Amino acid sequence: MSLDDLYREIILDHYRQPHNFGSLAGATATTHLKNPSCGDEIDLELRVNNGRIEAAAFRGQGCSISQASASMMTDAIRGKTIPEVREILAAFRRLMHGNDPQMDLGDLEALAGVARFPVRIKCALLPWEALEKSLRPADGPAGK
Amino acid sequence: MPKTSEIDVASIRADFPILAQKVHGRPLVYFDNAATTQKPRVVIEALREYYEEYNSNVHRGLHALAEKATERYEAAREVVARFIGAPGPGSIIFVRNTTEAINLVAYTWARKTLRPGDEILLTPMEHHSNLVPWQLAARATGARLRFVDLLPDGQIDWNSFLRLLGPRTRLVAVTHISNVLGTINPIRAMAQVSHQQGAAILVDAAQSVPHLPVNVSELDCDFLAFSGHKMLGPTGIGVLYAKEEILESMEPFLSGGEMIGEVTLESATWRELPWKFEAGTPNIAGAIALARACQYLEDLGRENVWQHGLRLATYALKRLQEVEGVHVYGPGPGTPRGALVSFTMEGIHPHDISTVLDQDGIAIRAGHHCAEPLHRWLGVPATARASFYLYNSEAEVDQLIASLQRAREYFGHVLG
Repeated sequence: MSLDDLYREIILDHYRQPHNFGSLAGATATTHLKNPSCGDEIDLELRVNNGRIEAAAFRGQGCSISQASASMMTDAIRGKTIPEVREILAAFRRLMHGNDPQMDLGDLEALAGVARFPVRIKCALLPWEALEKSLRPADGPAGK
Repeated sequence: MPKTSEIDVASIRADFPILAQKVHGRPLVYFDNAATTQKPRVVIEALREYYEEYNSNVHRGLHALAEKATERYEAAREVVARFIGAPGPGSIIFVRNTTEAINLVAYTWARKTLRPGDEILLTPMEHHSNLVPWQLAARATGARLRFVDLLPDGQIDWNSFLRLLGPRTRLVAVTHISNVLGTINPIRAMAQVSHQQGAAILVDAAQSVPHLPVNVSELDCDFLAFSGHKMLGPTGIGVLYAKEEILESMEPFLSGGEMIGEVTLESATWRELPWKFEAGTPNIAGAIALARACQYLEDLGRENVWQHGLRLATYALKRLQEVEGVHVYGPGPGTPRGALVSFTMEGIHPHDISTVLDQDGIAIRAGHHCAEPLHRWLGVPATARASFYLYNSEAEVDQLIASLQRAREYFGHVLG
């Protein structure tokens, strides 16, 4: 286990220049989530139209892993239907548990090494927890 | 162990079995002592002896083991009382930890004493455990919280303290040494002016009793709380000290067995101090082992322990400032500080610093250290913290610095 297993070049690229960072015009779902144990936080905004994620953006502060994960996640879910997003979410969770994601996750697979650093898994999952929360019907229009 | 004028780190390390291990193939450098300290063999032995040789409940059995357990448990209370300069064992309540000690005061004394409009004076540098219990007590009683201003280097603004301390102030609750900044607060002076205004003072001593020779009689504080596990003792044992006349006036916190005088179906009377506040079977082994930890610290010399921590913190502060992009928090060089330094590094989040250091066998803490409002005041979401104790050395601080340089290079080649 070395640092390079965790900090893949592509992760640090996303950390340095996060994609989809900022707020979203016409957002239909906004979710704020904070990891109370470490203080990382994220504001995730989605624009959902006809059951499809037209755009996703985030703001927040956190470590390289949580920020890169959010950057890649917002790339990965854009243009996807809600059921497709749920599939990606489940696949990413499998990846974080050290299992085969059972689908092509593209850039996100660079985060596979996080599974070997158990204390950092919650960092990688923070944006995905926010995503899951915003997909819950009770929490916003994104889930409808 | 003979008293020496200086701390002999090599011989001390031999007393701590856990320190001999390697982490990720590198010798463990344990710099997370403000979270919890490691345990010397004598403390681990005290636990083992209790369970293997005289495990028994206290204050009720009439057999030999019960007598021995009771005698050792009460002897531990006397050791702890002497350790902090308390007038007697009646003022020492064994609890689980600092948090429980503060809650005991917040749920009994504060709820009975505070009236709507009364004020509790705090500082922005409090650990959540010396903040949230007062938020709840204020909500329950109609009292309000006030906060003393801090100076830019993280010390209390004395003028602000004097300005906010008024006839409505019933309690000043303050940390002795900040677990993030390392600031040492002037408790004796604060107690003096608080008492002049008729306010009581509670001291969160979780970070001071392990390091500083603390004497509650000299400080003249009304309440003082600390944890055993941050001072070489086991987890699950802590202490509330309070002036006996205040304890006498307080209602019990938890109730049940062990703390009663006489019980009828309808009512009960309470035992005398300190047992009125110790309902149920206490952490007997924990208390006995904590007393052993106190003795270990006294054998080394309390002043030696303090000077050693101060020297390491001063050295770490100086070395950290040599690392490009590092920002340190709290009092600057020349001002005494607790045995810790919190810092951030440009372009590298504290979690990432911690992961890189861990790969080199160095254990630090990263996050808000249960002091979120303080981090808001500092303007950073998180810091990295290296905290020292008597088994740490300047050579280990050098390893920390070398590892931080490596972290900077590692992230720097991408971050530019």
